[in-house]
Amino acid sequence: MIADLQQLEKDALAELDSAGTADAVLAVRTKYLGRKGLLTGLLRNIASVPPEEKPLFGKRCNEVKEILEARIAEVQEKQARAQKEDILAREKIDVTLPGRGVRPGRVHPVTQIRREICDIFAAFGFSVVEGPEVELDYYNFEALNIPKDHPARDMQDTFYISDNMVLRTHTSPVQVRIMEKVRPPVRILSPGRVYRPDSDVSHTPMFHQIEGLLVDRNVSFADLKGILSAFLKKVFGEDTVLRFRPSFFPFTEPSAEVDIRCVMCAGKGCRVCGQSGWLEILGSGMVDPAVFQNVGYDPEIYTGFAFGLGLERIAMLKYGISDIRLLFENDIRFLKQF
Amino acid sequence: MLVSLKWLQDYIEHQLTAQELADRLTMAGLEVDEIKTIAPAFSGVVVAAILSVRPHPNADKLSLCDVTDGTKTYPIVCGAKNIQPGDVVPLAKIGAVIPGGYTIKSTTLRGEKSDGMLCSETELEIGDDASGIMQLASGLALGTPLEEALNLGDTVLDVSITPNRSDCLSMIGIAREVAALTGGKIRLPAVNVVESGEDIASLSSVSILDADVCPRYTARMIQGVKIGDSPLWMKTRLQAAGMRPINNVVDVTNFVMLELGQPLHAFDYRFLEEGRIVVRKSKAGEEFVSLDGKSRILPDDTLLICDGKKPVAIGGIMGGLNSEVKDDTQIIFLESAYFSPSSIRRSARRLAMPTDAAFRFERGIDPGGVIRALDRAAQLIAELSGGSVCRNILDEYPQPVKTVENIPLRLSRVRDIIGTDIADEDVVSLLKSLGMTVKQEEKGKYFVTPLTCRVDIEREIDLIEEVVRLYGYDRVPVALPAVAVTEMEVIPRLALEEKVRQLFTGSGFTETIHYSFTSPASADGLGMPADDERRRFVVIRNPLTEDQSVMRTTLVYGLLETLKKNINNAAFNLKIFEIGRIFLFRKEGDLPEERNIVAGLLSGKTSDDVWGAKTNVDFYDLKGSLENIFYDLKLEDCVYRVEQNEPFLHPGQSCGIYVKGVRIGSMGQVHPEIISGMDIRAQAYIFEINIDLLETVIDRRISYREISKFPAVTRDVAFVVPAAMEARQMLEIVLSQREDLLENVGIFDIYAGKGLDEGTKSLGLRFSYRALDRTLTDTEINGIHERVVRNTVRLTGAKIRA
Repeated sequence: MIADLQQLEKDALAELDSAGTADAVLAVRTKYLGRKGLLTGLLRNIASVPPEEKPLFGKRCNEVKEILEARIAEVQEKQARAQKEDILAREKIDVTLPGRGVRPGRVHPVTQIRREICDIFAAFGFSVVEGPEVELDYYNFEALNIPKDHPARDMQDTFYISDNMVLRTHTSPVQVRIMEKVRPPVRILSPGRVYRPDSDVSHTPMFHQIEGLLVDRNVSFADLKGILSAFLKKVFGEDTVLRFRPSFFPFTEPSAEVDIRCVMCAGKGCRVCGQSGWLEILGSGMVDPAVFQNVGYDPEIYTGFAFGLGLERIAMLKYGISDIRLLFENDIRFLKQF
Repeated sequence: MLVSLKWLQDYIEHQLTAQELADRLTMAGLEVDEIKTIAPAFSGVVVAAILSVRPHPNADKLSLCDVTDGTKTYPIVCGAKNIQPGDVVPLAKIGAVIPGGYTIKSTTLRGEKSDGMLCSETELEIGDDASGIMQLASGLALGTPLEEALNLGDTVLDVSITPNRSDCLSMIGIAREVAALTGGKIRLPAVNVVESGEDIASLSSVSILDADVCPRYTARMIQGVKIGDSPLWMKTRLQAAGMRPINNVVDVTNFVMLELGQPLHAFDYRFLEEGRIVVRKSKAGEEFVSLDGKSRILPDDTLLICDGKKPVAIGGIMGGLNSEVKDDTQIIFLESAYFSPSSIRRSARRLAMPTDAAFRFERGIDPGGVIRALDRAAQLIAELSGGSVCRNILDEYPQPVKTVENIPLRLSRVRDIIGTDIADEDVVSLLKSLGMTVKQEEKGKYFVTPLTCRVDIEREIDLIEEVVRLYGYDRVPVALPAVAVTEMEVIPRLALEEKVRQLFTGSGFTETIHYSFTSPASADGLGMPADDERRRFVVIRNPLTEDQSVMRTTLVYGLLETLKKNINNAAFNLKIFEIGRIFLFRKEGDLPEERNIVAGLLSGKTSDDVWGAKTNVDFYDLKGSLENIFYDLKLEDCVYRVEQNEPFLHPGQSCGIYVKGVRIGSMGQVHPEIISGMDIRAQAYIFEINIDLLETVIDRRISYREISKFPAVTRDVAFVVPAAMEARQMLEIVLSQREDLLENVGIFDIYAGKGLDEGTKSLGLRFSYRALDRTLTDTEINGIHERVVRNTVRLTGAKIRA
């Protein structure tokens, strides 16, 4: 009988090993452990076991039952796990395909530069103001110390609407309009579109400028250097080399052109800087007393400085754009790069 | 201004290299754009010595020479007579190129081999001596390239002169700057007119009828001139300065203009009728042929130089063809005048004649230099053309030209403006280095008188600029202003624009920037009726092109053009926007109305995915984008109203956008006819919103409403309504019943087709009921719901779908 029991255990384990499905496992279980199962049958025949072997036989029967139960549980768990893994495997996707959803659009490079500059000057206490793009000759020129029939008008070719109305050639008229309205101290920034009849790789008939103005008591040329140096180092990096160079603007005196060491060639001379090693970045100067007189500020009490720069030029330098016209062609392949 | 460094050496000595000089000038405000090298007109010519000379056996006029360049001896056949053994001469070796483009080759002349050419000054364009072979100094090292041995060639600085610095439109002006920068001393050209013969007053006279445009007119006459080429030294200088040599009289006028800054004009006296000059303004319709051979109708009030009968020059701009110096001219009438800068500028612009003379006059010439230039030119003409200068000058000077003297200067003000403690003596010496007279009034106060050529210096601030310019901007310290805390005007619209920009980019729109000008044909392109306000264009008087000749009155046209361009580039999926202004003409003389607009365009597929769902965008994609943005702006009460009045929108797929009764914009599918009219091969959806109006309807207040803790109960009902009925209408009817417990109602299903009558549709509405203070019972809800549905049916004529 013990031998039968051993044979049964061996057979049952072998059958479990080869049971591939959950049903097959259940069938093996029923076959051996069910109410009419083979092990149950052997136990039922315990009467035919010699009395001295009975305790051992009973013990062995229970052991075999436990072994089989354990093995069944093990096989079932293994099968369940395999099944889950199979489901997961079948659910596998190609994670390298692009995701779904709305891609954000891009902000125009000129806008990005404007934001950057306005943010820097906001930290210096400058606030943003604006004015009309179609402007009176008075604000665009005369109030800025550029009379009619003055050669300084050659510095800015002009689109005319009528004898006394123009498309503003710079954002400087805004400073006059603001100074007419508010008393010093003034700290303003006026970004916007400006217009000059010119079109080639470095000129478009419309472009963007930012004009800045600071007026207060005791503002000096040294302050102008200080603010503009700090600004340019924030835009182009702390180790940017600057150069302030005398120049002429009718509405500032003294006037300064501010150059940075060429960002392309580090001053060695290249195509971008015209071999000079320097890039003109902005124009600036101490506000001319004549301008203050035009807006009713007393130049003996107040001094100030103004500066202006072209956003396209900065964008072209920062992003390595060689033709300014690309900025306004609105080719989506271009715009998506920013 | 092209500045020849060799020429400059005539007026100032300095030890700077070209690059150093360029840097110094640039940092003093005279920006040097370029440093150009002018090479001699030959190459391959070396210093050589003649070893022997013997007659050519077969030609009387030729000799045979042996010439060495120090390493090799060459047989040369030569036609000149002035050579003998031991002479040091220029040798053009085989392969050399001499002026005229000739390349020297080995040849045989009458049976004798010649391996090179000995050259004269003229053959090399070094000098005017054509009489024989050029003789070089005996100490020169043999074999040295000639240009090196003689220091030929030149360096020219291209200096860009700002409009205020008319004084630097001359070599003397540049020399003065160099003197101030280096501490050197300038040498003015010696003027020494030898007068002889007749008194000019007996030959001619000047009368100025319009002194306001011609305050001063002076003249000299030179008799017995012989017109010919100028000497090489003068030609070389004119050419270095970018001018073409013409003859020994005209060249002198140009030379003196370049040297001293005073434009001059030489007339042939025989063509001056009555032998006299009358200066007056032009009359309406006067015609004149200038030196360039062009005939022009002169604008009124053009300054004219006339003889006794007719105009002979456009004053300060260009001479006349009728009185120009010709090859057989013998008597020169030489003009040196001061013309009103603004008059010359106006005329030069109206005539489109930006000549060198006009350029200088309009910027203001040296009022104190008129006579000196006249004398200098008369002297040079006499010297170069063999003439004699008549006695005396004509000098009509009816209106003294203002010059400024004794400008007060406070050193405290100098320091305040510059922001540094510059010493008194430094200020004084910087001003004096520019030739200014500085008189001390009291401690710290001076009176300064600039040279008359510095017409830009009138005020204290002009002097301060000179001081800081020469002191050096780089020496001014860097400071930061003491900042007073002030409140500045803030423009809320700008913040809104920034937010709108972020929202649109966040929703997938890419920002574009279009030119603000457009074609007047855009109004037709968009189908605008004759009375559309957007036809009230602001017109540019001098546009670059017709396409850019008016200011835009809508952003739509630019967006459509951009769509077309991108489709041509095979970029079909477009989601773009722009924030910018439109311009509407108001009335003559008034500034136009400028409105701030955001507009955008959708076209192509809903997404750029290559593998996902590929559906074309439609109206609801556009509307959804806008709704999301309005949601973000907390504009919860937008109304979309069918209007059918936007000419460029599809009448069945467009609407006006209203907030609080204000029409802030419109959107919809672009009208198929507009699309095909513009030859665009895609459908497009477009919106345009007025940001100024948007700003007025935004409510920035937020007030919290209590949230119910109790559950909501929903009931769905499908209403069968006419197909044309708008969803909005249905919802408004439900909401107009103002049931307090009806928390929300929305569309959950739309169906038309099988099972429904033709011309009807089913709108499925989901009603949601909730109370703040309790859980609603079925009975309670049923009562309200049945009332709502009954009323809705009554008010709309809808049927309940079973």
